[in-house]
Amino acid sequence: MLNCDAAVVGGGVVGAAIAYGLAELKLDTVLIDEGDVAFRAARGNFGLVWVQSKGIGCPPYSSLTRRSADNWLRLAEEVKQVTGVDIAYSRPGGVHLCLGEQEFTDRAAVMKQLEAQTEGRFQYEMLDHRMLSEMLPGLGPDVTGGSYSPLDGHANPLFLLRGLHAGFRNRAGRALINAPVHRIRPLAGAFDVEAGNETVRAQKLVLAAGLANAKLASDVGLRVPVHPLRGQILVSEKVRSFLRIPTLHVRQTTEGSVLMGDSHEDVGFDDGTRPDIMAEIARRATRAFPFLRSARIVRAWGALRVMTPDGIPIYDQSESCPGAFCAAAHSGITLAATHAFDLPRWIAEGALPPEFDAFSARRFDVH
Amino acid sequence: MKSHYQLAIIGAGPAGMAAAAEAAAFGAASVVFDEQPAPGGQIYRAVETPAAVDRAVFGPDYWHGSKLTKTLRDSGADYVPGATVWQVSPTREIGVTVDGSAMLLTADQVIVATGALERPFPVPGWTLPSVMTAGSAQVLLKSAALAADGAVFAGTGPLLYLVVWQYLQAGVAVKAVLDTTPRSNYFRAARHLAGALRAPQYLIKGIQLLRGINKAGVPLIRGVTDLRMLGEDAVSAVEYQRGGDWQRIEADQVFLHQGVVPNVNLSYSIGCGHTWNEAQLCWQAITDLWGESTVEGIAIAGDGAGINGALAAEHQGRIAGLGALYRIGTIGAHERDRRAAPARAGLTAERRIRPFLETLYRPVKCFRVPPHDETVVCRCEEVNVTAIRKAVAVGCVGPNQLKSFSRCGMGPCQGRLCGLTVSELIADLTDLPVSEIGYYRLRPPIKPLLLEELAELQAPAAME
Amino acid sequence: MFTKVGDGDRDLVKVIFEDKEIMAPPGQSVAAVLLAEGIRSCRETPVSGEPRGPYCMMGICFECLVVIDGEPNQQACMRTVREGMLIKRQHGVAQIGPDAKAESDPAE
Repeated sequence: MLNCDAAVVGGGVVGAAIAYGLAELKLDTVLIDEGDVAFRAARGNFGLVWVQSKGIGCPPYSSLTRRSADNWLRLAEEVKQVTGVDIAYSRPGGVHLCLGEQEFTDRAAVMKQLEAQTEGRFQYEMLDHRMLSEMLPGLGPDVTGGSYSPLDGHANPLFLLRGLHAGFRNRAGRALINAPVHRIRPLAGAFDVEAGNETVRAQKLVLAAGLANAKLASDVGLRVPVHPLRGQILVSEKVRSFLRIPTLHVRQTTEGSVLMGDSHEDVGFDDGTRPDIMAEIARRATRAFPFLRSARIVRAWGALRVMTPDGIPIYDQSESCPGAFCAAAHSGITLAATHAFDLPRWIAEGALPPEFDAFSARRFDVH
Repeated sequence: MKSHYQLAIIGAGPAGMAAAAEAAAFGAASVVFDEQPAPGGQIYRAVETPAAVDRAVFGPDYWHGSKLTKTLRDSGADYVPGATVWQVSPTREIGVTVDGSAMLLTADQVIVATGALERPFPVPGWTLPSVMTAGSAQVLLKSAALAADGAVFAGTGPLLYLVVWQYLQAGVAVKAVLDTTPRSNYFRAARHLAGALRAPQYLIKGIQLLRGINKAGVPLIRGVTDLRMLGEDAVSAVEYQRGGDWQRIEADQVFLHQGVVPNVNLSYSIGCGHTWNEAQLCWQAITDLWGESTVEGIAIAGDGAGINGALAAEHQGRIAGLGALYRIGTIGAHERDRRAAPARAGLTAERRIRPFLETLYRPVKCFRVPPHDETVVCRCEEVNVTAIRKAVAVGCVGPNQLKSFSRCGMGPCQGRLCGLTVSELIADLTDLPVSEIGYYRLRPPIKPLLLEELAELQAPAAME
Repeated sequence: MFTKVGDGDRDLVKVIFEDKEIMAPPGQSVAAVLLAEGIRSCRETPVSGEPRGPYCMMGICFECLVVIDGEPNQQACMRTVREGMLIKRQHGVAQIGPDAKAESDPAE
């Protein structure tokens, strides 16, 4: 039996960020992880810290995204300081590229809507091909333009995951690895989490197990209706630095690799890759930047996004089992600062703030 | 090339060639893809167009390959050289690049015959130019009549001695052979001598090789327990430890070798089940009696399913070919079993020597699990032992998490030169069996693919 | 240093490595031809810039990368020499980019 103040189920980027934050608040925290075979959406992540297009039609979500993006620099600096791991974060703004006139018109309308719902706090510009070409050299003729927002940025999602794990350990957090959770038993004022061959007894419980949340939540009176949505990514050999500003479908890492994505496929728990989808991603990327035709793909990756029915994150607390919380989001990178700084504070205090009601799974209840 | 075949064979080494011959004999529409410009695989490389060297240099075993290449040429199977297969899906959709253009085709049955590669040999300085593998020395000799005068050979295993012997036959001076076979292996191997004596041709050949090396006066330094390569822009010296003392040999060319292991990149990327072979210290695809993997319609033939050597691979190729014919419906069970019987007997005979060889040439731990901090494990991303230890210390428990945390295995070789080291190193650091640590999750494309080729990729139906 | 142990080849083809003309036996790999010329390293790595040369000679290690006719990251051991082939060292990452053409095209 392992006793602790808080148990976090899930060692992906969501769980690791929350555990990292709880450990900073001096809670004795155990992070329970499935290990090397976990689906681990973070591994297939594109690495965008993305504000534009998040939360259209849901102002609380756009505010949440903005707040996390604004705290990202602090997170990156803190992780570097605590662990020495450089997450390669920068905020040069980001571009959503449009191919063809229709995409450009549609995009402009969406951006207008987002601007209206944020009461002007959202900053963006619609740039035509000529203006965008000055910002992104090498754009192909098929690119009609795009939306640019200075609020967007990017980072290395894998090093973020590593930094959060290392930081958690540096803050005296304990990790239980290779321990899939079978069952959670709520007791009076505590939880027994049966994981691997171990039982963890915790005062507080945070479910951050990605797609596995759906199954675990009912043990503690929560509901987390999430389903997998596959995304595929192509990774090129390292090429000369040409793209300082990330775009939604093409991004260059500090090492020089070009990441190209991303598909949205409803294929259940199959995280493989498909050549027809890969070809489609390649077509889009080479239309955007024709010189990429002579770059080589060295890896392709499929990963499963953790999708909620409306695409908006779920943050919830159990009414029947006080002390149990859950977090489920497909934007684990963008929201990492919120997961590391804000959520742990509220969890430690025992309740989510009223403005988080918008993220409760109760929104899916049929009235 | 057609858009659909009854049987697709990947690799034109002994297993692939034998499978093709068997399938084509029954008229199955078959194709053989191979990356090299000519058939033969690595073992019979360039056997059709050998370099202008005295035939005796390579020995009769090599020339046996020309029978096989002739069989392949005459078989009626479509043989496609210079073909890079970058994906095979579990539904047998094959992505292949020929002459710079990529295409997709399908097959009812697939035989993966991608053979073996040399085990990684991570020692300090092994990334220096002019430190190469013994296999590469043989490739250069077979295909280009090139040999390095005054080279040092280091390691263990039959191929090491064979290449040294071939060098000597070609009149090339060898500076020294640094033998890393531990003395204790000889005692352990003695237990398997009875089995080995039932395949005396291998023992006799081995003795002849060693005798030849001795007779030529090449210093054969046994009991080497540690190695490092030194040099600035290229290797200039080798240091080796023996009996606790370090010695130095000046050398501008070093060849390393410590056995061969299955080339599992394609079979892993298909999703075939694999298992850790503790006797051979490697991952191998799990196969049934007919070479079929855990994925229906995908068979593995030859060294990819465990190292048994070139002649065994030929038998396995035949068996896998018959298995595929049966599954296609070309032949019945009776015909299949009847024709497979001689191949099975041959395979059993070939395997008799393996326990002896596996025990004698089992590489020692310090050359598999590098003890020195600075030793590079992942050559592509230049990740050393220290970096891996650090990643494991923050909770990285497997090769895939390690990849994320350190970039180890993320380069173009896709783990071919670090995967085994990583599995064994993490097992050692976490005190868990290698079988529990696992291997990299590999996915197509298993070879770099131009974005242009991918963008222009045609589906099979559109190619008619 | 690699030397020829067999008879001399006929019908040689001319290739250019950096600025040097090399007469090479047809059918041989670029890597073999470079090694025969005493060229030990053919690239610098993108990570640390250290020199590397051919290692496996069978297409698996990706150490023998060179630029061939302007195309970066070509496996020298898997490419066969051709008359007039222009071979250059691979310096670090592939020189692919919006304005990389002039630089990587050796014909310029």
